[in-house]
Amino acid sequence: MKTSTLIIRTPEGIVFTQLLAGTVTRFLAWLVDALIILLLVSMLSLAFTVLGFLNPDLAQALNALGYFVLSIGYGVFCEWKWRGQTIGKKFLRLRVVDAEGLKLQFNQIVTRNLLRFVDSLPFFYFVGGVTCWLSPKCQRLGDIAANTVVIRTPKVSAPDLDQLLAGKYNSLRAYPHLAARLRQRVSPAEAAIALQAVMRRDTFEPAARVELFEELAAHFRGKAEFPAEATDGLADEQFLRNVVDVIYRTRTEPKTESVAA
Amino acid sequence: MIIDLQRFIQSERATWAELERMLGQLEAGATKRLPIAELQRFHQLYERTAADLARLNTFSTEPETRRYLETLVARAYGEIHETREKRRRLQPLRWFFHTLPQTFRRHIRAFYLSVALTLVGAAFGGLAIAFDPASKPVMMPFPHLLQDPADRVAEEERLRGDKDSPADRLTGRKSSFSAQLMTHNTQVSIFTMALGVSYGVGTTIILFSNGIMIGAVAVDYVRAGQTKFLLGWLLPHGVIEIPAILIAGQAGLILALAMIGWGRRVPLAARLREVSRDLVTLIFGVACLLVWAGFIEAFLSQYHEPVIPYELKIGFGLVELTLLVLFLSRSGRGVAGLVASDEVPDGSLAVSSGNRNP
Repeated sequence: MKTSTLIIRTPEGIVFTQLLAGTVTRFLAWLVDALIILLLVSMLSLAFTVLGFLNPDLAQALNALGYFVLSIGYGVFCEWKWRGQTIGKKFLRLRVVDAEGLKLQFNQIVTRNLLRFVDSLPFFYFVGGVTCWLSPKCQRLGDIAANTVVIRTPKVSAPDLDQLLAGKYNSLRAYPHLAARLRQRVSPAEAAIALQAVMRRDTFEPAARVELFEELAAHFRGKAEFPAEATDGLADEQFLRNVVDVIYRTRTEPKTESVAA
Repeated sequence: MIIDLQRFIQSERATWAELERMLGQLEAGATKRLPIAELQRFHQLYERTAADLARLNTFSTEPETRRYLETLVARAYGEIHETREKRRRLQPLRWFFHTLPQTFRRHIRAFYLSVALTLVGAAFGGLAIAFDPASKPVMMPFPHLLQDPADRVAEEERLRGDKDSPADRLTGRKSSFSAQLMTHNTQVSIFTMALGVSYGVGTTIILFSNGIMIGAVAVDYVRAGQTKFLLGWLLPHGVIEIPAILIAGQAGLILALAMIGWGRRVPLAARLREVSRDLVTLIFGVACLLVWAGFIEAFLSQYHEPVIPYELKIGFGLVELTLLVLFLSRSGRGVAGLVASDEVPDGSLAVSSGNRNP
């Protein structure tokens, strides 16, 4: 089955996930790399044009060899040097990794880059694109042979919750046990949905906004027993804002950014 | 369950930082070997961090910390569960004289298959030319081969012998011709290897069509009574170039057999993992051979009598062939290879070489 997430389950029972890159993103990264190769080849032939005044035969030979080595070696060199990234992949935040979460090895890098010869057939990576599109882990033939996948490593900046939520009275804060219960019972996915809803509230159509918050508020009201005095008179949106506030803003001083950085 | 998340993070932070430090050291120095005490500590740190991640996974409020721990556990997992041999310092001579011939011998049956496919093609090409000489343009799509062999030999020898004629067609372009041969042949070889991914269909077609051309040219020249010219022309570079393509075909067939996985219960990914290193070794070996063949073809093969006697060229070709056979069959025997013997699975085309356990 086609999936956008690579799930790796360790023998210790720990699961970690990687986001798989799609065909289009990968094609864009390849376009960037192709442009860079073109640029490098042009620079090289310019340098050999100068040498050509002295020895045209040698210049032509070096030019041919240089083009060949550059076009094949670029991917191998970059992916080896930068642990699975070329400049195009860096630009689009992609990375080649071992399909089983192990260390990416040199021979895997060489294999996947040499199989470009087949993947690029008959033009513009048609074979590779179709294989990637059909394969469950979005692998082109080179990836299948080398046992690698290309993942996305998006830079996720934490939303500025202090800006979003602070400065407003939150009636739920008066009930510490309620906050603890919510943090315990609300799953990460549920909390993320609520947070996204609060963050994007100004972008919704008014009717949809009311409907969405009504639905979400009803869902979260069922998560714990809320004292009537804490929720009386609260609009659905206000209620959800308060819930997000107690779930996400658990402390007063800045904390683990240094660890997570 | 974590009661106080802040206290949990505070207390575990030291563990994570220590694991990160050790990972940094391990990843920086590929050859570093940890003493047993440090190894145990590393494992302990990994398990604890993994457990922390499992506990934190239920928490909705710490996406950054969770991502940080996921990265940490993923890196440590890669270090701990990696069973493939670690990359040693690059040793080109050891690789060339030991690893390459050992790898070649380990997959000798795939090489024989590659030779057989080429020979079938050669027989086909030879017979086609013998029975239907008019098929020449189809069999040999190169202008200089379409000429009558006797005419070509006479022309080549006249051009080289005549001091007033522009004696050397390649004057001033030997290097570029040589580079062109190297890159073209290496491309064909890589293609032959890479097409193994088509379950060997592409590799088979390339080997077969190469065979057709070789067979057709050989029969064409032999029939015209130009055997000596043919050997003098082809042997110096052909004895390296043709085996190089055959080895590329061998690599392609190894890949194809890993894709097919006849009679084996190992998953596709594991089968490919087993042969990945050997493919790369063989294709780099092929590139080395083709560099040599490119030099010889541009600087020696294109010169005929009276510049260089045919006997000398044939003798040179035979010496090269002997050395190549000795290199591939003898070099690196009795020396432990870089590739662990247990990487070669039962039931594959691999056979054991002298230094491996049966």
